[in-house]
Amino acid sequence: MSEATVPKLELGRVGESLPRVDGIPKVTGEFAYSSDLQAAGMLWGHTVRSPHAHARVGTIDISAAVGMPGVHAVLTHEDIPGEKRYGLEFQDQPVLAYERVRYFGEPVALVAAEHPEQARRAAERIRVEYEPLEPLVDPERATEAEPLHPDRPTMGHGYRDDPRPNIVRSLVIRQGDPAAEGDVAVSGVYEIGIQDQAFLGPESGLAVPDGEGGVDVYVATQWLHVDRDQVAPCLNLKPEQVRIHLAGVGGAFGGREDLSMQIHGALLALHTNRPVKIVYNREESFVGHIHRHPAKIWAEHRASRDGRLVNVRVRILLDGGAYASSSTAVTSNAASFAVGPYAVDNALIESTCVYTNNPPCGAMRGFGAVQVCFAHEAQMDKLAEALDIDPIELRLLNALGPGGSLPTGQTITGTLPVADVIRRAAALDVPEAEELPRDPMRLPGGSGNTTRGEGVRRGVGFAVGFKNIGYSEGFDDYTAARVQLHADGSATVHCAAAEVGQGVANVILQVARTELGVRDVALAPHTTATVDSAGSASASRMTWMVSGAVRDACRAALEEWDKKGRSLEVDVERIYRHPRTTPLDPETGQVTGERAHVAYACAAMRVVAEVDVELGLTRVVWIGTAQDVGHAVNPQAVQGQIEGGTAQGLGLALMEEIQTRDGLITNASFTDYLIPTTLDMPPVVSELIEEAEPDAPYGVKGVGEPPTVVSTPAVVAALRAATGRELSRVPVRPDDIVGL
Amino acid sequence: MLALSFSLCRKELAVGQVSITVNGAEHILELEPRELLVYVLRERLGLTGTNVGCDTSSCGACTVLLDGESVKSCTLLGVQVDGHEITTIEGLATNGTMHPVQEAFHEQHGLQCGYCTPGFIMAAVSLLDETPNPSEEEIRHALEGNLCRCTGYQNIVRAVQAAAGVEV
Ligand code: FES
Ligand code: FES
Repeated sequence: MSEATVPKLELGRVGESLPRVDGIPKVTGEFAYSSDLQAAGMLWGHTVRSPHAHARVGTIDISAAVGMPGVHAVLTHEDIPGEKRYGLEFQDQPVLAYERVRYFGEPVALVAAEHPEQARRAAERIRVEYEPLEPLVDPERATEAEPLHPDRPTMGHGYRDDPRPNIVRSLVIRQGDPAAEGDVAVSGVYEIGIQDQAFLGPESGLAVPDGEGGVDVYVATQWLHVDRDQVAPCLNLKPEQVRIHLAGVGGAFGGREDLSMQIHGALLALHTNRPVKIVYNREESFVGHIHRHPAKIWAEHRASRDGRLVNVRVRILLDGGAYASSSTAVTSNAASFAVGPYAVDNALIESTCVYTNNPPCGAMRGFGAVQVCFAHEAQMDKLAEALDIDPIELRLLNALGPGGSLPTGQTITGTLPVADVIRRAAALDVPEAEELPRDPMRLPGGSGNTTRGEGVRRGVGFAVGFKNIGYSEGFDDYTAARVQLHADGSATVHCAAAEVGQGVANVILQVARTELGVRDVALAPHTTATVDSAGSASASRMTWMVSGAVRDACRAALEEWDKKGRSLEVDVERIYRHPRTTPLDPETGQVTGERAHVAYACAAMRVVAEVDVELGLTRVVWIGTAQDVGHAVNPQAVQGQIEGGTAQGLGLALMEEIQTRDGLITNASFTDYLIPTTLDMPPVVSELIEEAEPDAPYGVKGVGEPPTVVSTPAVVAALRAATGRELSRVPVRPDDIVGL
Repeated sequence: MLALSFSLCRKELAVGQVSITVNGAEHILELEPRELLVYVLRERLGLTGTNVGCDTSSCGACTVLLDGESVKSCTLLGVQVDGHEITTIEGLATNGTMHPVQEAFHEQHGLQCGYCTPGFIMAAVSLLDETPNPSEEEIRHALEGNLCRCTGYQNIVRAVQAAAGVEV
């Protein structure tokens, strides 16, 4: 269909700020989250979890629980009909523990009962014999400790086979002359604490047996088909006997990429032949999902007198916790982006992720880029100071752009307007300093009324960061969409892309309306039952992938209609793939084809903060950012992603950290794990840089992650400017500022 | 937030009959003393628009109106609200027309996943009832007890301003 024949639509095409399609049910309370689901005859499931970070598991005595009132099933690893382990990349995680538990909160047994309270009480009666073992909690000692996974599930998968124990993956990227000297060198050691996704809707779902040996699981998740492919083998079922349906998702941010209740619920449902619902409470949610990898980063930057980077050497240690999850990809991302969006000819980067008995880590918004951005931006500021060059000038001087290349040897073929985002963010007007004295509510410490402002200092910080879009290193990353055109001119789109709040449902509909030229487009439920995989709602990939798949399916459907005649129904499914990637060389970390990552997006951010240097209290006053977003499908939704993503980075900078003692989480609640509130988060002034990405449908890019990558270093840079302290660890604690 | 008077809490500690008016309809319920209001609403009355984010009165996802004032329904026992009126998100629209605060959250993109939204809307309704023209600062202070992990709050604040009739 040519442009001219497309009827003019009031609203709803690519590029328009269309309100969320699920907005009305969400503001009226009708929207069904996974925790709202009900079924006739439904039982409640409960998970018994390990109180130890590391222990040998002896006998599990369920006899006292079995006969309790209302109890229909008590299951252990012995009741698993199929594979006993699962995992996103390696099958290293037991469905229910056997022989050993490796982290605090690891699932050991399951109960189903008529009332959730009965299930909890029965769970308390299960006697598990534990022989506590010394937990491995220091990642720096991991490679000298006894192996936590003696069968080495991560070896022999095409990555460099590091012979040391407890390595999930180690990657070395070597480019140019790693010994190259500059005129000036700066170095630092940086640490990042464990951040939690802290989505507001805890894990939950409903498993319903189909009466023929199969099961339907309604669950809040990010990747329906890979859930299915992990669930089915453990149940000893064929993939088509397990259907995963997306239930309403209360936020995700990476934390729902791994399984939570899916296998457990299905096991209980098949065992009892009744629907089984499992809902975690907040405490269980904190132990029940993976977190952002804590990291320690050693960096040395060498530059010429005129400010050009000559050599960057970085060593990254990521604590993967007890199981691999998506750690291999995080390891590689951290290595790929360790230098930042800067050009340098010589680099030596070593990125290692180890197993420990700490909480398992995996995907969280920013995925490896967050940790290294904190380090490289601190280094750039240090370098600017050592060279006496303006920090923004220094960044501009070294800014990467199209045609430039990364330490992996990959040339930037798409858009990457690093210099542009720097200039645009730097040009934003910073507000004047507020006068003192002033209302204590507008001082660091706020309602605590702790100061009149005597010790308050103001600082302005700046940071730049970038990240990949889409899956990398040869992963077969695709998205399917199926379009039905009906005789009345309306259309239905099927796509398994998980709407987790990011707004992908709008993207699907806006693309379909653009292509079909009709407004009446319905979105079918997201499920594995009617359409092939959409891949994961992660890696800032969904907008791009779904745009491609829906576009192609719509065009194919229209062609079909033209052939068959418009009075007939058509139903076509198409699969879209982004440009192919290839693995990195396991020895040198260099690209083995044109690209290891598909494309990149960057952002720059400027932050004004006030710090009470006597009390260690902080207040972020103003945030301005410029972000490379490609062509914005829905500008209002893009702004929303920038604001929300920035808040998460601010949280990591100032307050968010999972605390552990000997591997046990000690702050698993919203009373003790703090996330930013309305008073912590100022409005964000954001500029969208819309350069069309040449390889992407409609020139789109992903937008969710760059704000999270760049905001942590930008906030901490402002604190450094205010205090003059090094602040090399996040979250920054009052003690770090006061330095007692 | 409403501070409950002590008299509200003096209830016999046995299964008791309570009468609660929810969204204008009276319900006579047999409640165990341990049942939290939020579960009475969700499980007994099927009003699942009120969400649970924490169970420890930290997130505000469960905010409802008790006699017109916002309160976190996970901090109250069902038996404590005997004889009182509760409004939940399901009770805000009148004759199928959304409340102006609901309209504003939808139009100003005041939500992403929406899990926090019913709680924010109820807290905002209560605020605007007491302070029809709040400043941005007053809005931020009034909503401090509600957490949102998705939006960064900017569009939530803007939605409340829009509902109050401020040009945004
Ligand atoms: S569930 Fe009530 S405040 Fe969080
Ligand atoms: S919109 Fe997701 S928590 Fe607020």
